[in-house]
Amino acid sequence: MSRIEQTFRDLKKKGRKALIPYIMAGDPSLDATKKFVIDLERAGADIIELGVPFSDPLADGPTIQRASERALQHGTTLKKVLALVKEIRRQSEIPLILMTYYNPVFKYGTGAFVKKAVSAGVDGMIIPDLIPDEAEDFIRLARQHRLDTIFLLAPTSTRERISRVAKASTGFIYYVSITGITGAKLSVGKSMKNRLDSIKSVTKKPVAAGFGISNPEEASKVAKLADGVIIGSAIVKLISQGKSIKNFIKAVRKAV
Amino acid sequence: MNKKSDKVPDSKGHFGQYGGRFVPETLMPALIELEKAYRKYRKNKDFLQELKILQKDFVGRPTPLYFAGNLSEYLGGPKIYLKREDLCHTGAHKINNAIAQALLARRMGKTRLIAETGAGQHGVATATGAALAGLECEIYMGSEDIRRQALNVFRMKLLGAKVTEVTLGSKTLKDAINEALRDWTTNVRNTHYVLGTVFGPHPYPVMVRDFQSIIGIEAREQIMKAENRLPDCLIACVGGGSNSIGLFHAFLKDNIRMIGVEAGGHGIKSGKHAARFAGGSLGIFQGCKSYLLQDRDGNVLGTHSVSAGLDYASVGPEHCYLRDLRKIEYTYATDREALRAFELLSKIEGIIPALESAHAITEAVKVASSMNKKSIIIVNLSGRGDKDVQEVARIKGIRL
Ligand SMILES: Cc1ncc(COP(=O)(O)O)c(C=O)c1O
Repeated sequence: MSRIEQTFRDLKKKGRKALIPYIMAGDPSLDATKKFVIDLERAGADIIELGVPFSDPLADGPTIQRASERALQHGTTLKKVLALVKEIRRQSEIPLILMTYYNPVFKYGTGAFVKKAVSAGVDGMIIPDLIPDEAEDFIRLARQHRLDTIFLLAPTSTRERISRVAKASTGFIYYVSITGITGAKLSVGKSMKNRLDSIKSVTKKPVAAGFGISNPEEASKVAKLADGVIIGSAIVKLISQGKSIKNFIKAVRKAV
Repeated sequence: MNKKSDKVPDSKGHFGQYGGRFVPETLMPALIELEKAYRKYRKNKDFLQELKILQKDFVGRPTPLYFAGNLSEYLGGPKIYLKREDLCHTGAHKINNAIAQALLARRMGKTRLIAETGAGQHGVATATGAALAGLECEIYMGSEDIRRQALNVFRMKLLGAKVTEVTLGSKTLKDAINEALRDWTTNVRNTHYVLGTVFGPHPYPVMVRDFQSIIGIEAREQIMKAENRLPDCLIACVGGGSNSIGLFHAFLKDNIRMIGVEAGGHGIKSGKHAARFAGGSLGIFQGCKSYLLQDRDGNVLGTHSVSAGLDYASVGPEHCYLRDLRKIEYTYATDREALRAFELLSKIEGIIPALESAHAITEAVKVASSMNKKSIIIVNLSGRGDKDVQEVARIKGIRL
């Protein structure tokens, strides 16, 4: 069983939901990112997503776009993020997921990347512009080396898409909680419940929801419906303003 | 051999190793819906009839195939014909695709069109299609392009479209596409994204090609009528690749030399260009796998061309496939060469070409010297140069 699966299983036993913060690696620096990871773990995060900057983040809103631009300006690359993960692993065993667009991975060489990522200590990958239909090689390599492949579902997903994505995902399934890009406005209501129910009816895999969750109240509502809550833009924004993220995460932890 | 795997593109839009669908999951249902609608309407009599009438009475098709006698004589070599897409309503071939997609969107029950634009020609064409079909319209355009194609920005507004400036990244076409994709991801339920070239996720590369292939179908008939034989060489500029594939497609089974001309900018060594085949490598960008100008880490590089319509980091996947098969050759023309051709055609033929099309003219001038008088070249004159007059004056240091 993977470290991510184990985390969800342990939480379930305790009747708790996963808190999954997202930060952009290299914003403002890789050293800072390492410190944030330790802070987030201490403040109650269960799994951490590290964004890898890309020149054209087409699934992201302005907050993460700007963080990505800053990280690139500071010379952050996929290679350096892998080195960072290796360093973090000396201090922490928290499950780590890289979130990046497909081209940097493709350019690295998918096979070489998967091996390197696993040996550095990466537990799973989220690639928003890679759908299972195009991921045959990636999935095969990831299974071989035990890297979790987390694919996304959206409010627009049809039954057919739900089954396909559920089947291709390991670790958990990422439910995109809004029809839109990261950081946009969320509304938690009956339709979200219905959609999560229909995903749950085809799979037993955990489902974590993210995109647009910006405060403890929203996190608490989403936690009632999903197995995990992913928070990105809200944290990235705090970091960009030079504010502390510990108190925010503690508050969200309490709410989840 | 399995018949299904022989089809190009395959059912998921792969031209060999190129193409496919690399998009957020949110868009998948819309792409599947679009593909189904397209497959249905491309054979639907009503739709085809409606399109045919508009191509004739609204766009002004068929566009002439003009024997450029002065240019031919000046070069002293082959007969040069120009396919006059510059005479299309709104001034470029872009309208062929935009009108067809607007009609398709209306039949799909969409109420809003969005599009990216570089040169502004596709934006104007989409705004025109939206006005015609009675749909709301928003166009995304990089601030650098807004500056150099100011005339087209005003035209779009006159046509009732909202023009949204994109100030992120390199502030050109690729950033406008990112914004359009973000808008589509957010408003996908009522909005159709009118992609302007043979690029992006399946079914766009096939669909746009089919809507543009009328260029070559007409040109083939016209040259047979004029010369009673097929041409020896076809030349077109390649941005995303829609006017070129539009001309070439009807001739692919013939043994004809075909040349696609990319933007050489300040030259390949300078790094300031948009010649994907000369300077790029395989990558995945904005929906498909293709040749891409990228750095070692897979980030997309900034591009440069004097012509906004060719100033893009990647190229249609079918072009990569046809290049591998050696059906089409690719070369480039620099800014300086294109500006020279822009002036040459204006003075010698009385036709001011779009700066994009001037890249194709450059290549015609180059190959003419190695061809005899009996040879025939068709150059696709993809658009007219009115939109570029101001920018060319600026470059020449002339204040208007
Ligand atoms: C006049 C003209 N020609 C050519 C192009 C390049 O596009 P494509 O390669 O898709 O024909 C453009 C794009 O804006 C254009 O406006």
